[in-house]
Amino acid sequence: MTQPRREVLQKLTPVLTKRWLSPDAWQIDTYERLDGYAAVRKALDVHPDDLIQLIKDSGLRGRGGAGFPTGLKWGFIPQGDGKPHYLVVNADEGEPGTCKDLPLMTYDPHSLVEGAIIAAYAIRASRAFIYIRGEAVHATRRLRNAVKEAYARGYLGENILGSGFDLDLVVHSGAGAYICGEETALLDSLEGFRGQPRLRPPFPAVAGLYASPTVVNNVGTIASVPYIVLGGADWWKSMGTEKSSGPMIYSLSGRIANPGQYECGLGITLRELIELAGGMKPGHNLKFWTPGGSSTPLLTADHIDTPMDFEGVAAAGSILGTTAMQIFSDQDCPVYATWRWLEFYHHESCGKCTPCREGNYWMVRTYRRILSGQGTVQDLDTLQDTADNIFGRSFCGLGDGAATPVMSTLKFFRQEYLDYIEGRTAPRLSEKALVGAH
Amino acid sequence: MSDVTVDFSPAAAPLAEKLLEPAREILARYPAGRERSALLPLLHLVQTEEGFVSPNGVAFCAEILGINKAQVGAVATFYTMYKRKPTGEYLVSVCTNTLCNVLGGQEIYDGLVEHLGVGHDQTTPDGKITLEHAECLAACDYAPVVTVNYDFAVDNSTPQAAVELVEQLRQGERPMPSRGARICSLKEMQFQLAGFADEREGAVADGPAGAPTLRGVTLAQEHGVAVANFNIDTPIATTKPARDESAKAVKDPGPVSAAKPAEEKHGGLIANVASKVKSAAATVADKVEHRKAGAPVKAGDDKDPETRAAEARNPTGDTPAPDATSAGLPNQTPAPTNAAEAAGAAKNEVAGDGKPAGDTERGESIVQESAAAQKQPATTNDNPGWQNAPRGNEEKK
Repeated sequence: MTQPRREVLQKLTPVLTKRWLSPDAWQIDTYERLDGYAAVRKALDVHPDDLIQLIKDSGLRGRGGAGFPTGLKWGFIPQGDGKPHYLVVNADEGEPGTCKDLPLMTYDPHSLVEGAIIAAYAIRASRAFIYIRGEAVHATRRLRNAVKEAYARGYLGENILGSGFDLDLVVHSGAGAYICGEETALLDSLEGFRGQPRLRPPFPAVAGLYASPTVVNNVGTIASVPYIVLGGADWWKSMGTEKSSGPMIYSLSGRIANPGQYECGLGITLRELIELAGGMKPGHNLKFWTPGGSSTPLLTADHIDTPMDFEGVAAAGSILGTTAMQIFSDQDCPVYATWRWLEFYHHESCGKCTPCREGNYWMVRTYRRILSGQGTVQDLDTLQDTADNIFGRSFCGLGDGAATPVMSTLKFFRQEYLDYIEGRTAPRLSEKALVGAH
Repeated sequence: MSDVTVDFSPAAAPLAEKLLEPAREILARYPAGRERSALLPLLHLVQTEEGFVSPNGVAFCAEILGINKAQVGAVATFYTMYKRKPTGEYLVSVCTNTLCNVLGGQEIYDGLVEHLGVGHDQTTPDGKITLEHAECLAACDYAPVVTVNYDFAVDNSTPQAAVELVEQLRQGERPMPSRGARICSLKEMQFQLAGFADEREGAVADGPAGAPTLRGVTLAQEHGVAVANFNIDTPIATTKPARDESAKAVKDPGPVSAAKPAEEKHGGLIANVASKVKSAAATVADKVEHRKAGAPVKAGDDKDPETRAAEARNPTGDTPAPDATSAGLPNQTPAPTNAAEAAGAAKNEVAGDGKPAGDTERGESIVQESAAAQKQPATTNDNPGWQNAPRGNEEKK
C-alpha cells in the first residue's frame, strides 16, 4: 500500500462525515456539543425566502443523482397557495454501489433531522417524511431515536424554539422496492400504493404528496443544509468546482486496497481517489468502473483523469449519479457484471412501462445465453436494439439505468462478448440457467 | 365517517384483537383522510404476528383502512419484504448483486444453499432460517455482505463464515452482528419496521462504525486536513423581516387521533372518531365471541363490496374518501403561477422519447372519422356498454 501524496490528501474535505469520528454523535447531547442544532436557531431567525436564496447562492445540487439545484427546487414551491406543503426526504438508498446515506443516518442522524427542519421551514411545510429503505434497519433505529430526542428538546413539534413554526417529522420505512428511490414512485409508495412512477408534469413541486406541493430531496442534500446555514454560501463554494460546489461523499468499492467513504470536493479524479484508497488491490489493474452507481454508463481506465463533478462526468459520456464508484479490474468480466446488474433491473422493474418490463426480461435471457456459451453474433444486435428501445422510453430512469451498462459495455468491450460467443472464453453459466432462453 | 364503527370480519378479527392498538398509533402518523399512507407500516405490523402476510393479514389491513382486499394484495405482492409464506426465526440475506458477486457473494450464497438444503425464499425444516439472495444492500465497501434480519451480520464474508453464522443461529445462539444491533427474531424486527422504537436496552447504541466507513475522515484527521474558514457565525443575508404572513405554513388536517392532546383543538370530529376506534378495540373480543355463536357478520358499512370498489375507482361528489393517486389532481398541467415555476417547467422537459406526439395528418383524419361516426344515428340507448349495464339483481326490480 502506498501512502497518498500530500497534495492529494489536501483534497479531502471532511464536512458531512466529520462527526462520524465521534462514536456518540448519534445522541443529541454529543451532537449539540458539535455545533448541533445551531443551524436551526440561526435559520429560524431569518425569513424562509432568505434561506432559499442562501441555498441558491451556495450552488448546492441534489446528491441523489440528478444534481438538480436545490435552491431552485425549493423556490418552485408556490407560496401563498393555501395548500399544505410537504418535505419528503428520499432515504431509499439502493442503487448498486451506493452506500453513503446509510452511514450518515447511522452515525450522524441528527444532521438529517436538523436539515429537514430547516428545509421544511424554508418551503413552509408543517409536515415532513423521511422515507427510508426498509432493509436499512440500524440506520432507521438511530434515526427514529434522533427524531424522538429532537421532539423532547423542542426542535420538533409545536412552536419550535418559540418561533411559532410547527413541524411533525415521520420516519416511514419502505418495504424492499428499488423503484421507490425514484421520487414519484416514492410518493406513490408513501401514499400507500405500489411504488410506480407518475407521469410528469405535474412535478412534485406542484402536485406531489397528496397532490400538494412537495419537495423531495436526497439525504445528502438535506444533511448539507445545516453546514451551509452555519458556514455560509461562500464557504461552501470554497469546495468543489464552479458549477458543482461543495463536498461530496465518494463511495469507493471493489478492487482497491481500502474501500470506503471518502469525502472530497466535487471535481476530484478517480486517479486521486484510488491514491487516497491506497491504490488498487495487489495484482489488479483498473479495467472498468461506475462513476455513480450501476445506472450510470460505465467508464474505463481511459477515464481515470475525468473530473468527478456533474459537468466533467457528463462530458465523458456518463452521469455523476451518487458518486458510487464500483471499481473492477482485469480479473473481472464486464459481460458477467452487466448480466448481474440486468438480473437486478429485471427484478426491480415495477412493470409499469412495457419497454422496461419486457426489455429487461429478454435482455437477461440473452445474457444468460451468451454467458453459457450458446450466444450468437446476432444476440449483440438484439441487445443493442433492445437497449436502444428501452432507453428514453420509460416513465422513469430505471429503464435508462438498465440500458446504460448494456450500451456502454457493448461500446467498450464488444470483443469480450465475442469471446464468449466464439468459444474463446469458457462459459460462466451452466446449461441449467438457460431454461426459457430460447 | 359519521356512523361507521370499526367492525372486523372473522378473518381479520383475531389479528385485530392483538394489533388494533399499534395500528391506531400507525394511523395517527398521517394526516386525516390520508390514512392509506399507513398501509406499508400496517403490512409490516401484520408480519409481527404471522411472519408473513396471510389472507387474514390482508383482510385486517383492508378493514382498518376501508379499502378492499385486492387493493391491499396488490401492494403486498409488490414489495419484496412482505413475505407470502411463513418465514423462519431469522432471515439470512446474501448480497449477490454485481460487486458482492464478483468478490465472492455468489459462492457464499451457493455454499449456504448446499449447507442448509434450501433455496431462495425457502425456510429450513426446523423453522429457524429463511434464506434469500438479496440485491444491493448498500454496503459495497464491506463486500461481500451477509445480513440477519436486515442487520449487517458478517462483513467481508466468506462461505465458511456464513456457514458458521447459520450454524450458531440454528443452535440457538445469537452472535453479535458486525454493524447492527443485537439479533432479535424476524417478527420482532417487523415491529420496528412498522415504525416503533427498538426498546431493548442498549440496542440503539450497538453497531460501531467500521473502518471503511471512517476511512476518508480518519485519513484527513491523521494528516491534519480540515476545511478552512468554517465560521458558524457567518451572517445570512436578509431582505425581509424574519417572520411575517408569507413565512407561515398552511397546515394539513393533522392525524385523526386522540393520542396527542394538542390535537384536541381540532374539535369534535377527531375526538368522536378516536373514541369510536377506542370503543371498537374494546368490543372486538365481544364480536369474536358473537361470531363463534354463528351470528351474521356485517362488513364496515352496508354497501356491497362491488359498489364500494366502484365508488372508490370513480368517485363522485358524494364519495367522501378519494382513493386513487390521481384523485384531486387537475386534469391538465396547472399553468405556472410565477416566474420561478415557469422557468422550472420550461427547464424540465416532459419525460418521453423526444419524438413528436404523432403524425398530425393522420391524427386529424382520425378525429374527422370519429366526428363522422358521431353523426350516425345513436345506438347507445340499445347498447349502454358494460359499465352502465344494470346488474342482475337490479333488473328484477
